[in-house]
Amino acid sequence: MLKRFFGKTFFILCGLAFATSVQAETVFNRGNSGEPATLDPHKHSTVQESHISRDMWEGLVQYNAEGNVIPGSAESWTMSPDGKVYTFKIRTGAKWSNGEPLTAEDFVYSFRRMLDPKTAAQYASILYPVKNAEEVNAGKMKPEELAVRALDAQTFEVTLRGPIPYFTEMLTHTAAFPVNRANLEKFGDDWVKPENIVSNGPYVVSEFVPKDRVVLVKNKNYYDAGKLKIDTVKYIPIEDRATALKRFEAREIDSYDQFHHEQMEYIRTNLKGEFFTGPYLGTYYYAVNATKAPFNNPTLRRALALAIDREYLAEKIFTGSMIAGYSIVPPGIKGYTAAEYDFKDRLQLDREDEARKIMEELGYNKDKRLTLEIRYNTAEEHKACAVAVADMWKNIYVDTKYINTDGKSHYEHLRNGGDYDVGRVGWIGDFKDPQTFLATAQTGDSNNHSRYSNPKFDELMLKAEQEMNAQKRFDDLSKAEKIAMDDAAYIVLVHYSYHNLVAKKVKGFEQNIMDVHPTKWMSIDSSRS
Amino acid sequence: MLRYALQRLLIAIPTLLVIITIAFFLMRLAPGGPFNLEQGLHPTVLANLNKLYKLDQPLYIQYFDYLKGLASGNLGPSYVLPDFTVNELFARGLPVSIIIGGSALALALVLGVIFGVIAALRQNEKADYAVVAFAAAGSTIPTFVVAPILQLTLGIWLGLLPVGGWNNGALHNIIMPVLVLTFPQIAVIARLTRASMIEALRSHHIRTARALGLPSHVIVIKHALRSAILPIVSYLGPAAAALLTGSMVVESIFGIPGIGRYFVESALNRDYTVVMGTVVVVACMVIIFNLIVDLAYSVLDPRVRYS
Repeated sequence: MLKRFFGKTFFILCGLAFATSVQAETVFNRGNSGEPATLDPHKHSTVQESHISRDMWEGLVQYNAEGNVIPGSAESWTMSPDGKVYTFKIRTGAKWSNGEPLTAEDFVYSFRRMLDPKTAAQYASILYPVKNAEEVNAGKMKPEELAVRALDAQTFEVTLRGPIPYFTEMLTHTAAFPVNRANLEKFGDDWVKPENIVSNGPYVVSEFVPKDRVVLVKNKNYYDAGKLKIDTVKYIPIEDRATALKRFEAREIDSYDQFHHEQMEYIRTNLKGEFFTGPYLGTYYYAVNATKAPFNNPTLRRALALAIDREYLAEKIFTGSMIAGYSIVPPGIKGYTAAEYDFKDRLQLDREDEARKIMEELGYNKDKRLTLEIRYNTAEEHKACAVAVADMWKNIYVDTKYINTDGKSHYEHLRNGGDYDVGRVGWIGDFKDPQTFLATAQTGDSNNHSRYSNPKFDELMLKAEQEMNAQKRFDDLSKAEKIAMDDAAYIVLVHYSYHNLVAKKVKGFEQNIMDVHPTKWMSIDSSRS
Repeated sequence: MLRYALQRLLIAIPTLLVIITIAFFLMRLAPGGPFNLEQGLHPTVLANLNKLYKLDQPLYIQYFDYLKGLASGNLGPSYVLPDFTVNELFARGLPVSIIIGGSALALALVLGVIFGVIAALRQNEKADYAVVAFAAAGSTIPTFVVAPILQLTLGIWLGLLPVGGWNNGALHNIIMPVLVLTFPQIAVIARLTRASMIEALRSHHIRTARALGLPSHVIVIKHALRSAILPIVSYLGPAAAALLTGSMVVESIFGIPGIGRYFVESALNRDYTVVMGTVVVVACMVIIFNLIVDLAYSVLDPRVRYS
């Protein structure tokens, strides 16, 4: 009797196993470096949110697998001769996940919502290049006065306040994604709940359990639904990077993109064929308080910049997870030649000699040493970096003290005029354009932590903003960068690189400088484990 | 006794109010706010955000608004997770933390008492030394060391259990986090039990019981353990409050969606309402469990009477 029972159970189990293997849906267990704060694309601000957002929504343009801009919800567009008016043709057949057609009106509504002060979107400023946008966001104009309009159901027109060659690049940002008006009006604040939300991307959300998972399933109404090879994407938030690595090794997740520099060596040796790294659009630098003596002296700042062995930092301190950095704008922006420190090609020993000479000319020596403070946000790697830099500065008569605070306090202090000497800053570009990096050295910019101000730099930045020709604009920006580098506005240390662990069975993962990987372009080869 | 319990609960209200007030103002002393991010927000955008969440109003008005909301059971919106209210976050997370913490506590209580009793009965023998050594290890090896070791052995090398994840509370996902939480608790409970059992076994009433020829399991369980358990009960009060509100370390290492992580994350993120929520929850738990402990005393120890 018992035997028969087991026999039967075994038979049923085998049957079940067989059935599931036949109908198996393709699931991508995608490790995410953190929790999405919200599913509302207009309120997104982090990398982990953008991953989810790009699967759920599609703006006028989209990224291809290589991280380049290609048509998205708009199938084509034209630019007026003065570069200020863009006219987008909405894709025929583009639909919302509830089957309704996507129209130009939807974009008008979404752009207005993004800038409406009532929405209080953190990234509203991304759309400030649109005419009247800043005024609308400040409550000085009505959202209806924003310079966007629907010429007809399929034609969407945007007027900019000046010619902005990187406008289509900017449209990849989640701030420019469409949301469904009827959906928002029906559910109010609850529209973002998975059971209510209507989106227009390749995937729709089916579940959001905070700190546990966000599950996306194929959007049947997506115009390219037939081409999607992955049925379900499970975004699994893992903040603890050591756990993430273990879960990857246990094959509980198929990919992950954040690692500590201490993990690099292990990953490089043990997970060789599944580890991808390359330059990422970010700069790690020290801001120097340009409003405070003696740091207001560009020559002294130059000495500080000279004395740093960037190759050592990149290789030893960051164990190869960063790239030595000699310019504010990281490499990898096509057509742009970054202006680097003029001492890049000299030996570190020579650089140090020059630095020491400068310091001696400024009156410092063995007995009269300069004392300064490095402020950084609490993290092992920032500490290691600060200690290494202090060690290098010791050779040029500089003694260093350290202050570390949590991230919020740190940036608040730098931004709101707190007294400091040297402060650690990490800057990741929002889109692929030098402007997003160089703007941080403009007088009065809220991210100008060095409080650096040079009218010549500002003038060139302004000139670039008005320049129609893309190459000439890049030249102007490059000239501006040169000024900032010569003034040592920042002490650039290293450039970021991306780190991805991707299981062998995941196909279609292309490395790119933006480190964007829409699930849409990927597939799972289930014959490999 | 009911009267006593009610009295205690009424006294708890002003206590809570003081805790909330101190926490509220202390939190605002920390520099920065929920919207100070690595990339600075445009001043206009920041003003809009502060207006939306009424952070632009004078602090005392925000304080009274918060109390008003709290009185009606509303803990407010989360600034950092805007899709959820604090009530929603806790409604989802607290049960998870309670499942993990409660299982750990129950397991620790059973194993800890058994180990402690065995050690006391076999004082200065091998079993005793083993328990003492285990207890020393349990209370000195931190959870952030035990957890990765278990993940590595049970999860990756042996492949018996998943390395992390909640999976809607599936048994095999719960085992490792519960073990990690239980380990130090067993140690503490075993040590406490051992010490008070040794003392109890030497007391006069036990000698009398032995003289009366009572069977030894009756002596140990009914007479010795009952008086020896009192220090453990008082330890369990605060321990329960701490365990049931989740563990930051265990939840982040195993990816458990409990509320333990909110304690640290919300403070670092300046997610004011969530910080306050965690303070309120912990304060309530401590008050309730201390009350339960006091009431349990009167049940266990006939000499204790409340009126």
